[in-house]
Amino acid sequence: MLHIDVDNVSLLYDTPAGRVSGVHEASFGMEESEFLCIVGPSGCGKSTLLNIIAGFLAPTSGEIRIGGKVVTGHGMDRGIVFQDFAQLFPWRTALENVAFGLEMKGVAKAAREEIALKQLQLVKLEKFARSYPHHLSGGMQQRVAIARALAYDPALLLMDEPFAALDAMTRDEMQRLLAEVWRETRKTVIYVTHNVAEAVYLADRVVVMTPHPGTVKTEVPIRLSRPRDPLSVEFLEHQKQLMRHLSEQAAKV
Amino acid sequence: MSAFGAGARSFRRAAVTLLIAAALYEATARSGYFAAALLPTLPAVAHALWAMLMDGTMLRHASYTLYRVMFGLGLAVAVGLPLGILMGRIPAVEHFFLPLVSVLMPIPSLAWVPVFILWFGLGNVTTILIVFYAATFPMLLNAWSGVRSVNPLWMRAAGAMGANGQSLFWKVIIPGASPFIITGFRQAFLRSWIAVVGAEMIAASAWGLGWVIFDAKEFLNADIMLASLAVIGCIGFGFERLVFGSLERATVLRWGMVRTAKG
Repeated sequence: MLHIDVDNVSLLYDTPAGRVSGVHEASFGMEESEFLCIVGPSGCGKSTLLNIIAGFLAPTSGEIRIGGKVVTGHGMDRGIVFQDFAQLFPWRTALENVAFGLEMKGVAKAAREEIALKQLQLVKLEKFARSYPHHLSGGMQQRVAIARALAYDPALLLMDEPFAALDAMTRDEMQRLLAEVWRETRKTVIYVTHNVAEAVYLADRVVVMTPHPGTVKTEVPIRLSRPRDPLSVEFLEHQKQLMRHLSEQAAKV
Repeated sequence: MSAFGAGARSFRRAAVTLLIAAALYEATARSGYFAAALLPTLPAVAHALWAMLMDGTMLRHASYTLYRVMFGLGLAVAVGLPLGILMGRIPAVEHFFLPLVSVLMPIPSLAWVPVFILWFGLGNVTTILIVFYAATFPMLLNAWSGVRSVNPLWMRAAGAMGANGQSLFWKVIIPGASPFIITGFRQAFLRSWIAVVGAEMIAASAWGLGWVIFDAKEFLNADIMLASLAVIGCIGFGFERLVFGSLERATVLRWGMVRTAKG
């Protein structure tokens, strides 16, 4: 049985101009501990698909199964990291933010703070445990968000362009850190991005999506050893291959 | 620039403004163009204030006024805060109360004083109800906007982490709306402070800062009137800065949810 099964998922929007297809018959499966990137131009429905997997949107047809269980609404088997830094609760310290999910689960204060601190160590922010989010940089806030999404140990981590709003240098640093966090935790991850280099750096496999209607065009496995060197010939080769898939469909439009 | 240095500088600037205003007043009062009984000099006002402080009457007047404000403000928070939150969360409640709020809100609270005197007589009940009327709307409107302005991303993130119903309300919506709710407290206090003095002038008997001003008019005691006005200004300013200022510093300013106000 596949760990994650996205099975023929479609979503139609009702707009004043009529029904618009957001996602059209998207399908892919995932093994446990796999890192999957969904790449595509804006408007291809990749974020919409992620929101369906997260349970924030209900698909018009098709279904998503996590460990064989059909997804109906959001649940604690999934952790989510958004693009917007504002996702953290400003009235809670970094530690209290990370502990939120455990608090909802009813874990006692001492125990949840211990786990939260371990999660902050994982993203190298244990020194800032008592800081409020507005005292942290954008990159640090996203690291807290990653720790927060991992703290209650979900089966699946969903990430919606978490580093897209960061400057290029911080983004590279974040990607290295995320690759390290993933190596240590071995979470199953679905990571949405429009950045091809980012996908090649992080993913075991890349799902390429195309717009009008948003559907899965192809899948590209990335079989490079980790940690990856973005300047190696193989790396650039994979990047080119993905670019070709994306430009082919751009030429068609 | 340290916060303390900035604070000291703004204090100095405020002191300069007040000193110049006081000097201008004093010059006018001593110019001889106006009767001393109508425009008493500052030492005369200070003397009246001192006398009233010493014989305890000023304290008693201020206590009555503060009691009415606190009682009325407490009622306003007890009604306006939950109602505003419910209006922000439940469309049916919003649809029912919004027309009522829109009609009642523009009526100045003092316009109700004669009506309330007819219904409740002179004294505490009328003044407290006027305060309640004045304070309810700023509390309610701010709570309502606050709840509606809670970032949907917080709701999504909290929902994904298993928050629902009660926990979503207490751990996300209320803290998320807190900048507005605290502004609501602040505005409600200021409105009550303005309303109570007006209400006391007409509807109080024997005690209260508003009453003492109105009563002093009968005897041409301009010094007592001005002394009471100074006390009204000082208490209002003190509350606004100390109580609501510290509440803000302990919460929304600490969380970076509002920018520091200048001055």
